[in-house]
Amino acid sequence: MIRSVNTELLTENIKEMCIQANHYLAPDMEKAMREAYDKESKPLAKQILGQLLENLDIAGEDMIPICQDTGMAVVFLKIGQDVHFEGGSVEEAVNEGVRRGYEEGYLRKSVVGDPLLRVNTKDNTPAVIHYEIVPGDQVEITLAPKGFGSENMSKICMLKPADGAEGVKEAILNTVREAGPNACPPVVVGVGIGGTFEKAAILAKKALTREIGTHSPLPHIKEMEEELLAKINEIGLGPAGLGGDTTALAVNINTYATHIAGLPVAVNMCCHVNRHIVRTI
Amino acid sequence: MDRYMKAPLDREEVKTLRAGDYVYITGTIYTARDAAHLRMSQALDKGEKLPIELEGNVIYYMGPTPAREGRPIGSAGPTTASRMDKYTPRLLDLGLTAMIGKGKRKPEVTEAIVRNGAVFFAAVGGAGALLSKCIKKAEVIAYEDLGTEAIRKLEVENLPVIVVIDSQGNNLYEEVLK
Repeated sequence: MIRSVNTELLTENIKEMCIQANHYLAPDMEKAMREAYDKESKPLAKQILGQLLENLDIAGEDMIPICQDTGMAVVFLKIGQDVHFEGGSVEEAVNEGVRRGYEEGYLRKSVVGDPLLRVNTKDNTPAVIHYEIVPGDQVEITLAPKGFGSENMSKICMLKPADGAEGVKEAILNTVREAGPNACPPVVVGVGIGGTFEKAAILAKKALTREIGTHSPLPHIKEMEEELLAKINEIGLGPAGLGGDTTALAVNINTYATHIAGLPVAVNMCCHVNRHIVRTI
Repeated sequence: MDRYMKAPLDREEVKTLRAGDYVYITGTIYTARDAAHLRMSQALDKGEKLPIELEGNVIYYMGPTPAREGRPIGSAGPTTASRMDKYTPRLLDLGLTAMIGKGKRKPEVTEAIVRNGAVFFAAVGGAGALLSKCIKKAEVIAYEDLGTEAIRKLEVENLPVIVVIDSQGNNLYEEVLK
């Protein structure tokens, strides 16, 4: 059975999600921050984590965005193959949602229309949209506004098969070390291993939207996530890069099949304002 | 050590700051980020006057979210400082006394900080709502067409910052990794 979905529904949901994501941190992230605060042993680091928790309270109570970089809107659309859209272009509906959300939510317009001419589009559009066709008649929307302090510190490494798991771990640790204070630690590290050049990057971006505290269903990858989180927190970078036990809150790794000649690894850095929100319509 | 300072800053007092000091700034500071730095640099190339005085002053690398009704400013945390590295030594040599941002700086910036007895402060990245509360007044004074990237004059009260690079070249980011 074909189900009709009006694109206006997409627009209204995305508008609300832009505003919500920028004022209320997802519950899994907030929980991870509170646990980090309780565990942190260095006084300055604890003070900074305390400020970040206070910042979350102020953001929600006074409706001031958690961070002034309210990001470029990244949208993952999982579209059931039995859905029929009516009312106009899906792409335009998504962008209209972003436009309304960033205007009505007093969010910062941080997008320039051309990467070299650099004129602000003044409505934070266009969004970056990833489409996926899945069985069913529903549409799952994941919105993840992405700040560029951390985005700029992300990396893709085209490793070779002989580099193996050790090479992968080294590439991830080096990326976190090089990012240092710039990525606004405590960070969440999204990793994509395998696929092709662009597939690895999308896997890494998606990994950032996975609930903090959950792990890959693959035992060897779960082990790698835990090992890397421990190693990153031994670096001593700490909150804001000013020293401490809390450098990362999670390492989330997604994998995909790859070519016999390759081992792509993408590391998408995200700050502690790791915004992600999901709705199904 | 906790310190309370008035902005514009007194350069002799700035020289007594040490990496790791926690400083609360009260007074007048200015915002400028990527696009405003480019414009200032172009103005200097043409021999024009800058829209702000540099001596004693603090530049906050920050582009706020729009203010809601009745508020001076929106979310107002620091942006990554290294993107301004290209322009910073020149501004420091012309009198700029302090910068507030986040993240690493190039060696040329540290050298200019030492040469001029200046300071680089970090504000906590991602604490934009909390920092917004310390800003009592905000006014666009130049490059209005740049929107969030325009130069703003801010009146701040006890804005919390941490000394990262002091006038002797000590660097807190490097010290914590030793």
